[in-house]
Amino acid sequence: MTDVLTPVLTDNWDADRAWTLASYEAQGGYAGLKNALSMPQDDVIAAVKDSGLRGRGGAGFPTGMKWSFIPQDNPNPKYLVVNADESEPGTCKDIPLMMASPHTLVEGVIISSYAIRANKAFIYVRGEVLHVVRRLQRAVQEAYEAGHLGADIHGSGYDLDLIVHAGAGAYICGEETALLDSLEGRRGQPRLRPPFPAVAGLYASPTVINNVESIASVPSIIANGADWFASMGTEKSKGYGIFSLSGHVNKPGQYEAPLGITLRQLIDLAGGMRNGAGGQPMGLKFWTPGGSSTPLLNSEHLDVPLDFEAVGEAGSMLGTRALQIFDETTCVVRAVLRWTEFYKHESCGKCTPCREGTWWLTQTLARLEKGQGSEEDLDVLLDQCDNILGRAFCALGDGATSPITSSIKYFRADYLAHLEHGGCPFDPMASTVFVVEGASA
Amino acid sequence: MIDAKTRAELEEIAARYPQKRSGLLPMLHLVQSVAGQITPDGIEACAEILDISAAEVSGVATFYTMYKRRPVGDYHVGVCTNTLCAIMGGDLIFERLKEHLDVGNDETTEDGKITLEHVECNAACDFAPVMMVNWEFMDNQTPESAVQVVDDLRDGNPVHSTRGPKICTWREAERVLAGFPDDLADEGPTAGPASLVGLQIARENGWKAPASSANGSAAAVADTKVDAVEEADTARAESETTAEES
Repeated sequence: MTDVLTPVLTDNWDADRAWTLASYEAQGGYAGLKNALSMPQDDVIAAVKDSGLRGRGGAGFPTGMKWSFIPQDNPNPKYLVVNADESEPGTCKDIPLMMASPHTLVEGVIISSYAIRANKAFIYVRGEVLHVVRRLQRAVQEAYEAGHLGADIHGSGYDLDLIVHAGAGAYICGEETALLDSLEGRRGQPRLRPPFPAVAGLYASPTVINNVESIASVPSIIANGADWFASMGTEKSKGYGIFSLSGHVNKPGQYEAPLGITLRQLIDLAGGMRNGAGGQPMGLKFWTPGGSSTPLLNSEHLDVPLDFEAVGEAGSMLGTRALQIFDETTCVVRAVLRWTEFYKHESCGKCTPCREGTWWLTQTLARLEKGQGSEEDLDVLLDQCDNILGRAFCALGDGATSPITSSIKYFRADYLAHLEHGGCPFDPMASTVFVVEGASA
Repeated sequence: MIDAKTRAELEEIAARYPQKRSGLLPMLHLVQSVAGQITPDGIEACAEILDISAAEVSGVATFYTMYKRRPVGDYHVGVCTNTLCAIMGGDLIFERLKEHLDVGNDETTEDGKITLEHVECNAACDFAPVMMVNWEFMDNQTPESAVQVVDDLRDGNPVHSTRGPKICTWREAERVLAGFPDDLADEGPTAGPASLVGLQIARENGWKAPASSANGSAAAVADTKVDAVEEADTARAESETTAEES
């Protein structure tokens, strides 16, 4: 029986100066690299395939399979690009990982690049996290000095250069083909697929793009074996993952557990829901399983195993395991309007359904939030969503519809209450963290 | 102004990449670090070095939120007002700062010290409400603590990030983002308190990942691309794979 929590990626986060090479190596770091460099590249790919690791950036595509799509007979250079543009609302796992233990990622980059025969790799990190950029820059510098990067790594004949590249503030660059355009020095707008990046990615060359947590999981798989990784998790969702709890729980934070843990278990670990004014724990109202682009769930879904399959069956998506928890004090209309404004702001403008649609959604929602409009506006909203979902160029448009359709499904009464009340019936102060000291303000 | 030293550094950035245009984003960060904003001559310099038109550089500079076309103060203060932080108190913090500093969104105080902006999710939701100063984390803020931070910044008192070093200026921060490290990586803790709560519970209970000799069942892994796409969490990939295979 696997333990409730299984710290692997987070295991050294309480070590003194864990971000340094000395600390990382003292904890056994770079052992996976030495294993990997003694293996044929295809065996490294096979190990990651056999482990069952599925992409940790949201979509859950099998990582080893992605690597095997790289056409090795293509004469162009191969590239590895790490998607460190963590920006999905609610998602906050990659940033603390890179701040605490950047070498876990760097080691993963070296092993993964070796496997796909890339001699150049990039970490595309969002620009708005200065200290994380510093820690990555330092880790890469240390790795070069230790001979983990550069020419003829540890006498293996394998060369790798790694560049830390800071973005400039665009959520859309988390979409892998927009990220590639951005890394080529262009506006970050998604590309038509196919061709997929494995065939024509960065500089039209074969490219693997993986999320930070996916790549950071690779050293542990190589060091401990595919079976070890697959011994955790559920049938089709193997291994461990970082679950990020935020919002109205007593101890928000990072909880690393096998896939398949439930929200009920996680809320218990987090000390329960926060107390209300009467000293009793507040009830759970709604939550996102994997960021704002994954449809909202409610208290009926507390026992859904948090793996790709079960969350899908419950009508949502596991996404990035970004569990944003909202209690009864929260106005769902206000929450959804704010997310919708976010999608409007971040729409890259390339395709009409998303560029225009997110504006119309915002206007319709804003009217409802003010208690204007009528019940028919809910049908208008659903109609607008229907015209965006599946018709936008990339998943941003799809994501914009998730909070709206799911909130109307579960909380229609909240919308109607705004119309009856002539505005928001909730006190915004009641949902804040400083409600106790600020209650009289 | 783009002097000879800056021009040489812009060229150095471009030379880091297999194709020099890839350097444009960090180059624009460097322009901001020397000019305090994106300037016409900064755009011209990038265009000349990369052999592209100034219009192409402008097109990029206007796409990304971090590039500013008006002068930014010494300290860029960003208050997260995306849903979770807003509900946890970010909206009230932002309102209080607007009032206290007497500026609107994306405006700079008269003394040129503080530029206030509401920002989108900055990946620190477990520390909500979150404020960023020059893109350093200021975790778990209240309206009062946020006012104290901006007052200290204006008065020249040292302010430390809750998970990083003493706050440098916005221009200095932009230089780091351009890929010129400032040697402050060793400042600050390994992780903030919220990052560690799960690990601490695991330690208290003796919970660990299995030992590496554990014999697990072989994973039920998808064998083909079509199977993998079916399992993956997106209907979009399905239609694209169908398009590719047909």
